[in-house]
Amino acid sequence: MNAEVKADTLPEKKEFWRWQENVWIDETKDWKTAKIITCGIDVGSVSSQAVLVVDGELYGFNSMRTGNNSPDSAKNALQGVMDKCGMKLEDIHFVVGTGYGRVNVPFAHKAITEIACHARGANYMGGNGVRTILDMGGQDCKAIHCDDKGKVTNFLMNDKCAAGTGRGMEVISDLMQIPIAELGPRSFDIDSDVEAVSSVCVVFAKSEALGLLKAGYTKNKVIAAYCQAMAERVVSLLERIGVEEGFFITGGIAKNPGVVKRIEKLLGIKAMDTKIDSQIAGALGAALFGYTLQSKKAAA
Amino acid sequence: MIANYGYKDGSGEYYISIDTDKCISCSAGHACLTACPKSMFETITDDYDDEVTWVKKPNCRTLAYDCADCKPSGGYTSLPCMTACTPGAIKHSW
Repeated sequence: MNAEVKADTLPEKKEFWRWQENVWIDETKDWKTAKIITCGIDVGSVSSQAVLVVDGELYGFNSMRTGNNSPDSAKNALQGVMDKCGMKLEDIHFVVGTGYGRVNVPFAHKAITEIACHARGANYMGGNGVRTILDMGGQDCKAIHCDDKGKVTNFLMNDKCAAGTGRGMEVISDLMQIPIAELGPRSFDIDSDVEAVSSVCVVFAKSEALGLLKAGYTKNKVIAAYCQAMAERVVSLLERIGVEEGFFITGGIAKNPGVVKRIEKLLGIKAMDTKIDSQIAGALGAALFGYTLQSKKAAA
Repeated sequence: MIANYGYKDGSGEYYISIDTDKCISCSAGHACLTACPKSMFETITDDYDDEVTWVKKPNCRTLAYDCADCKPSGGYTSLPCMTACTPGAIKHSW
């Protein structure tokens, strides 16, 4: 029997995991009148962000998918936001690289770890009352304590497996064939609470989710079970360093209410709100570090 | 700053905690660097420009195996890194 299938007869592959890329500029500000312009570039394992800070204030950002080459991802992220406001690389006084690919940002003046940058970014986004930060990144998860200036006092990171990370959520999104932005709201559209998926490994969790579907669970119930598992996993990470009031969540998963609400319920505290995109916290912190360093340089 | 290096997996929690405030101007001369039979520690300049010790990145994901020889089952009654660190900056979670 000839089992050959022509490529053009295959159904189109939809990328349900694909999250919204975003470019934003604060139109109320004019960078041309600024004294110091700094940039933070966060090259993560899944997403890359470039943030522009003018005179210590957030001016614009670009958040996009990381490609297979860190230097190109950094360049593309920065080019996207510069194109939006007509800026050139020569106009930027100081560039700080952070994230997984921080040492591969070709035009960076300094590389700073994402732990320090997320703390600094969260301090800007949530105010000086932020004390505990949960960064739910693409392929790792971090619990951070900081002081009122955004300086790290305690941190813990788990980058050994993808459970409890954005990548894990992308896998479930594709498996369920539901756009990733809809997972959170749909996880509440269930008639009764469900138990968390028991596996801590995202590969086994995927198998378990398939088993639940076969057992008659609705897609929404499976998503709820996965969101609950993710919440329980990151809460156990947070409990290792303790949770202090002034709780702030950064990273892409902060946009998923299905996980955030469950974390809040497990911890018994509400996460602080922000109007700024939670995904740019690391790059924003890097740009703010750049502003401090450039200010010192200018004053010297 | 308390820096926790390690991971949690299905078999347990494996973290080495380093109190970097005790690491700065270490009175033991960073003796942990040579005390560890696996040479897992190294001195770096951190994000706040302090000279501190950390656990090398590759070891952070294999601590349960890397430290096994120094645990009681390996014949040690006290961990070489913790014994060498007289300021008491190093702790193991397991």
